[in-house]
Amino acid sequence: MINFQYARASDVSDAVRQIAADPTAKFIAGGTNLIDLMKEDVERPSRLIDITRLPLKSVEETADGGLRIGALVPNSDLAYHPVIAQRYPMLASAILAGASAQLRNMASTGGNLLQRTRCYYFYDTATPCNKREPGSGCSAIAGLNRMHAILGTSEDCIATHPSDMCVALAALDATVQVAGPAGARAIAFSDFHRLPGNTPHRDTNLEPNEIVTAVELPSRGFAANYTYLKIRDRLSYAFALVSVAAALELEADTIKEARLALGGVAHKPWRDPSAEAALHGQAASQATFTRAADLLLRDAKGFEHNTFKIDLARRAIVRALTQAAAGTPQSQSNKKIR
Amino acid sequence: MARASTAARPIIPALERIPIALTINGVATRLEVAPWTTLLDALRDHLDLTGTKKGCDHGQCGACTVLVDGRRINSCLTLAVMKDGAKVTTIEGLAADGALNALQQAFIDHDAFQCGYCTPGQICSAAGLIAEGKAKSADEIRELMSGNICRCGAYPNIVAAIQQAMGQS
Repeated sequence: MINFQYARASDVSDAVRQIAADPTAKFIAGGTNLIDLMKEDVERPSRLIDITRLPLKSVEETADGGLRIGALVPNSDLAYHPVIAQRYPMLASAILAGASAQLRNMASTGGNLLQRTRCYYFYDTATPCNKREPGSGCSAIAGLNRMHAILGTSEDCIATHPSDMCVALAALDATVQVAGPAGARAIAFSDFHRLPGNTPHRDTNLEPNEIVTAVELPSRGFAANYTYLKIRDRLSYAFALVSVAAALELEADTIKEARLALGGVAHKPWRDPSAEAALHGQAASQATFTRAADLLLRDAKGFEHNTFKIDLARRAIVRALTQAAAGTPQSQSNKKIR
Repeated sequence: MARASTAARPIIPALERIPIALTINGVATRLEVAPWTTLLDALRDHLDLTGTKKGCDHGQCGACTVLVDGRRINSCLTLAVMKDGAKVTTIEGLAADGALNALQQAFIDHDAFQCGYCTPGQICSAAGLIAEGKAKSADEIRELMSGNICRCGAYPNIVAAIQQAMGQS
């Protein structure tokens, strides 16, 4: 790891002041992704600003019946929080589908949102990568791209966002609370992560010198009919090839409200209002689910090694909606898919 | 966040040292570390506590697992300076008064290792797992121990050892 300076922030405004004063500084919280990237020489901050002592570690009810999750709440604490387990079990399930117990103990809520892609070429400083070195080219498009995106790609980047937690947060319509030199603002979850376009070095719409302070959940948690289904090369401790967060509100057999988000297939959690609209008011049937899957994947485009993801995603969506409708969510310990 | 990677980067002196205090296996310890010293390197290279192993050094294998304030973490992805004031338990701190901890004894009883390199991490991780209290079934133990890789493939015996220790605790 390269040499760097270390400083601690005492509160949010101090953190913003410190980061604004040094254009090559970075915040550090859990460190699970940043330290790894620094060891690989992908990230080269001159100064780390330790934000782990900031008072952003609580989970509180909001006035509108939702929940405010402090940016420093560890992933494991969030997954096992009694209110999350009871009212937002899809979020708990998605978190427990990701990483390992050790990493979940370390990783923060805000850091999970800001983790970088695991594209091999982004990590390999010997190869061109537009995300790491803007303008140098994309090695994945004509390279090994089995893990890469099938939706929302550009000629400059086909990387995926690796988070499981974010797929559930997208489906739940969460809001990201941030603070910066110009004050605080809220960003809808669907607007937080970006598609690569011709600026793949920008993962999110967070401005330089802004800090994530909290993630807010609306009151609706879809606790009765949901699932988080993750398909990967190993049964545990592997990034998703495809994952599906599916949540339904049913009245008898009719779908009153539907949420559907995909992970492992794009530069951000993938949602499409038309696919969800196709579920509304329909009978919870295989035919309805297949139609929604086709809509969600209608612009999917494979590359040399990942075309299998299109069919895998279609089947995973139908299976996830079937699990959600039946009230039999995927277990994250017994991996048999029912 | 898009912070320019190309911005001029100042030269950082290599000799910067920051004093920190850790309680390691119950012993109050003061040391001076560079900001970039991981907790793993501080334990092994500064304090000669070489029971904790460096496997991948990237948080993928679990060999470096220790308990910080009672929670299992990957010490290779943790900066020592960030843990100033914390209580750290390593494999060297599990035995009490010369008697093996229940997990250590269970690993011997079940032949839960071959080469032994992953074992300190496996045992510290299992200690964290038992303290968390979330794993009951063998499936749950396997899932919640998936951050610890054993390339000798002793997994069935590791699960059996943890089940034995859970029965005793």
